[in-house]
Amino acid sequence: MNNHRYVARSSEIAARRLGNEMMIMSGRDSTLFSLNEVATIIWEAADGLTALDEIVERRICQEFDVELAEALRDADALADALAEHGIFLISDKPLQYSPSGKEQK
Amino acid sequence: MSALMQEMNAKALRLGIPLSVQLDLTYRCNERCVHCYLDHDDHGEMTTPEIRSLLDQLAEAGVFFLTMSGGEILLRKDFFDILEYARALLFCVKLKTNAILIRERQADRIRSLGVDSIQISIYSHRPEIHDAITKVPGSLRRSVDAIRFLRAQGLKVIIANVLMLQNIHDYPGVKALAADLGVEFTIDPTITPRMDGDRSILSLNINQASLRQVFRDEALVGNVEEFCAPPKQADEDDLDVLPCSAGHSACYVSPYGDVYPCVQFPLPSGNVRRAPFLDIWRHSDQLNEVRSITARDLPSCSQCVHLAGCSRCPGLAYMEGNMRGPSSQDCEKSFARTGIASKNLLSRKPPVEALIHIQAARETVQELPASSRIQAQ
Repeated sequence: MNNHRYVARSSEIAARRLGNEMMIMSGRDSTLFSLNEVATIIWEAADGLTALDEIVERRICQEFDVELAEALRDADALADALAEHGIFLISDKPLQYSPSGKEQK
Repeated sequence: MSALMQEMNAKALRLGIPLSVQLDLTYRCNERCVHCYLDHDDHGEMTTPEIRSLLDQLAEAGVFFLTMSGGEILLRKDFFDILEYARALLFCVKLKTNAILIRERQADRIRSLGVDSIQISIYSHRPEIHDAITKVPGSLRRSVDAIRFLRAQGLKVIIANVLMLQNIHDYPGVKALAADLGVEFTIDPTITPRMDGDRSILSLNINQASLRQVFRDEALVGNVEEFCAPPKQADEDDLDVLPCSAGHSACYVSPYGDVYPCVQFPLPSGNVRRAPFLDIWRHSDQLNEVRSITARDLPSCSQCVHLAGCSRCPGLAYMEGNMRGPSSQDCEKSFARTGIASKNLLSRKPPVEALIHIQAARETVQELPASSRIQAQ
């Protein structure tokens, strides 16, 4: 399921790095999230062009002591949770990130 | 405030990050409110490139909440350019405006740029009162129309109702108007001195009796018994508490680039036209002095019965002459809430109300039979 899922950051949010965490507020419902260090790496790599499994494999598994399957499960859960609040855009095809927040497939 | 927000604030404080900044884009205004603390002449506002550069610096410094205020922000012709630039930098943008220049088109643009909330000043639900305060005929109608346009876009609007002598009886009407419009409502019972130090507008502040009434209105404060409870005994931890976020995780930048701890704390701490924002934030002697002060360092307040629950504003104290001194307006509020005078109030000469009370007692004595008067003497 996690193969070929592409995630992109929506621009309809507020976000700022706070130390090693990322503070994000959903523009849709003002829900505030704090991403830990690992989730922040995924957030920063979510360019819409790199598949989520590739981000996990290259950025997470090589830097942290975690099994790929477990990391992918967590990354999928993170992507789904953030997509629910309009923070991530998810597609099975690459997404072109644009400043307006509208994905261009 | 949510637990997560508290955690973020604490982390910002630990890391020395200015989580919130208020940036006044202009002091020019299209209203002339009787209680306003600003000089509305333009003394050389920052240009669009200067503001863009400042926004870049604020983002780099870690600012998350950016409040754009004034003056009237929409009087700047480049307002939407600035807003668009700020949103591209992913600030959580809040606007403060009188909204009389917001029509359908502006409301649509504000929504499309993802503004978090818009705070609009409404002084009364009655045009004759609101318009007399703003000195602009038709201003209530225009502001309320704007609220409808913004709400139609699904935007979060907050009506801010500043209380003063002219409108003290109208806040229930404004609250009902807010409910009717489907927006939030907040009141502010404090008129502050002008930024140039002129304190004459303080005469517009509501009196103790009105303040007591406001603080006992369940619709405003929730549990009155809890809100007006006697002050709790302060402990050692209370003495280590920081006065507020001003200069710690928040600051204010004027349209001229001056940096202050807060809009209500006009201690000049640097200017972004002469030094990078982060240098001012980290190294300004003034901001570092503000940061060094805990409740323990307040000669009068540290001894006061209200220490643990006081809303003392260090900026108002500064404007009263001493940033380590009491803020008398907050002393008045503590007294109105609890009926117990602060150390600062007790050190003053008896107020006029007490003198009137003594005169009434004398009149009562004169009504007594002659024999009683002799005994009393």
